[in-house]
Amino acid sequence: MLELEGLEIVQGSFRLTADATLPEGGITALMGASGSGKSTLLAAIAGFLAPARGRIRIGGEDVTDLAPGDRPLSMLFQDNNLFPHLTVAQNVGLGLRPDLRLSAEQKAARAEVLARVGLDGLEERRPRDLSGGQQSRAALARALLRGRPWLLLDEPFSALGPALRTDMLELLRETAEAESLSVLMVTHDPLDARRVADRTCLIADGTLLPPAPTEALFADPPQALRDYLGE
Amino acid sequence: MVAAALVGPLIAVALRAEGWSALKPSDWGALRFTLWQAAVSAGLSVLLAVPVARALARRRFAGRGAVILLLGAPFILPVIVAVLGLVAVFGRTGPVAWVAGAFGLDPPSIYGAHGVILAHVFFNMPLATRLILQGWQSIPGERLRLAASLGFTARDTFRLLEWPMLRATVPGVALVIFLICTTSFAVALALGGGPRATTVELAIYQAFRFDFDLARAATLGGVQLLLGAVAALAALRLTLPSGFGAGQDRVVPRWDSQAPALRLQDGVAIALACLFLLLPMVLVLTEGAAYVPSLPGSVWAAAARSLAIALGAAVLTVALALAMAVAALRAPWVEVAGTLAIAASPLVLGTGLYVILLPVTNPIALALPVTLFVNVLLALPFALRALIPAVRELHADYGRLSASLGLTGLTWLRRVGLPRLRRPAGFAAGLTAALAAGDLGVIALFATPDQATLPLMLYQLMGAYRMEEAKAAALLLVALSLGLFWLFERGSRDA
Repeated sequence: MLELEGLEIVQGSFRLTADATLPEGGITALMGASGSGKSTLLAAIAGFLAPARGRIRIGGEDVTDLAPGDRPLSMLFQDNNLFPHLTVAQNVGLGLRPDLRLSAEQKAARAEVLARVGLDGLEERRPRDLSGGQQSRAALARALLRGRPWLLLDEPFSALGPALRTDMLELLRETAEAESLSVLMVTHDPLDARRVADRTCLIADGTLLPPAPTEALFADPPQALRDYLGE
Repeated sequence: MVAAALVGPLIAVALRAEGWSALKPSDWGALRFTLWQAAVSAGLSVLLAVPVARALARRRFAGRGAVILLLGAPFILPVIVAVLGLVAVFGRTGPVAWVAGAFGLDPPSIYGAHGVILAHVFFNMPLATRLILQGWQSIPGERLRLAASLGFTARDTFRLLEWPMLRATVPGVALVIFLICTTSFAVALALGGGPRATTVELAIYQAFRFDFDLARAATLGGVQLLLGAVAALAALRLTLPSGFGAGQDRVVPRWDSQAPALRLQDGVAIALACLFLLLPMVLVLTEGAAYVPSLPGSVWAAAARSLAIALGAAVLTVALALAMAVAALRAPWVEVAGTLAIAASPLVLGTGLYVILLPVTNPIALALPVTLFVNVLLALPFALRALIPAVRELHADYGRLSASLGLTGLTWLRRVGLPRLRRPAGFAAGLTAALAAGDLGVIALFATPDQATLPLMLYQLMGAYRMEEAKAAALLLVALSLGLFWLFERGSRDA
């Protein structure tokens, strides 16, 4: 469970409150108008931003004061997910040990994950020699290798074309199920949410609304979602 | 024209030089010492700068801006004042000797090779810190964020992000400092000398002033020139750091270095750097304050001469740099000609000018104009660096508009150029004035006592062990240099 208890994030005149519990397993989409604070909330959960008030608990553990790398989660940013001067293998290996002193077992695990996301044979390439889709796969491979229970994605794959993005979302869905990962994904595209998200949370008027099953939500949209969809 | 001004004296030096046979064994010693001390100074400066730059890159604290300002100060601080300050701290009666004495140790003398290197580190460690700090700040925040999300320790960050940056940055920084130290004159004049601490520049001075051996001085000038050329060629192969370190207020948040031991380490690095830079200044200026009223008239006269040179150099340099910057829009080589001056040495220029002037007139009578001339040439690269980008931008933004309105020549200068270029021009003028006021170079070569500028007067007071008066003169000189810089820089900002 990911619990946000009386959370309040303040940045200048911007204010966001969140009081919600996200269940484990499956994919939760986080939606809201641009500027509503989706990415800000994600940054707070990941530990890049200290909340003004409130606590964040993951799996019962209070993580509010933990450093980003110590939280039981991995994060995929919009871009810059790979270090440009390191190879694919090194970038992915960082998920196991940041000092890259990998044992034979760990190297085998890395090879397996790379194969699973379809990057076998590209281990020695650098990010600039990869396509956008391959870069996303490498970043996903590293997140899988880290084996943290939660995966946070901030508008992932937004730089990819529609077909590639659908592929990546499918891959995300499959691997999340296979690894029983809990996924929280910021998106501005209702189609993305309907395609893969079991649940959807809305941010409206500076408040995070509790999660609701995606299908039910879109079947009978509340006012906030209607406004966002422009209906 | 600038090229001619630069090349003319150099050709004169070359013509007057008489081959290697004119050199004495001690001159080869001077060459060896110059190279050795420049290498050691550059190495030490960079080595000490890395921890300070790292501390400034990853800490946010009250007074951080002041520390960065302090790191910029030695650039416009008159060399001779800093030397006096280092003597006050590390000399026989200073606090370092006192502490060493308390432990029964004999402190190393400030005079000689140690002193020369110490002074070079005093001037260049801050420069290195600022340049390396730029390197640190060029690491994108996104990478540090990614590093944090992967749980990097400070060591991982160093190995994967900071070390590659340092490997790319440090050689260029070290080379710049090496270059600066090879043309060292005032430091060697005040702290060096003798068979084991004479730089080529100082040897030129001695051949000129004591032996009056113009041929040898010119040959030494040739050696210095060769040295500069080789170093400049080496510099072309490396990416040299640029700029004065703009935008250093930004602190990228870091998550990997919050451990108390690392905080302590960074705090100590910053505190030691500040102490090293501030203590000499504080000792000189506080002790000097009491003696300012009793300074003899000759010191005030010297101050007036320095003020005149500073103002003249500021006006001439900015006018010349502005003309060159406009010319550089069409002829890019102008920029190269201007920056060539950075490798030129004041003493070589001085010797060359002497050789040129000798058949025409008595060069000694022209000591002050020659000093002014050399200072304009030396300040030009810095003025160009401030003005060329500004003029280029102005041309890109409003060039077409000006042309369509028929704004050219002096009208353009009055209506568009000067108002829009106020700030870089003010900065260039301030920098030139400060450097010229504090310059102790070519003036030492030419001047008779009644022509002494304030830095030269200060050097003579030191030499006569009139330390109280020297400190008071130092206070006056600092007030003059920094005051001029501040006035020009501020004036261009508020208007």
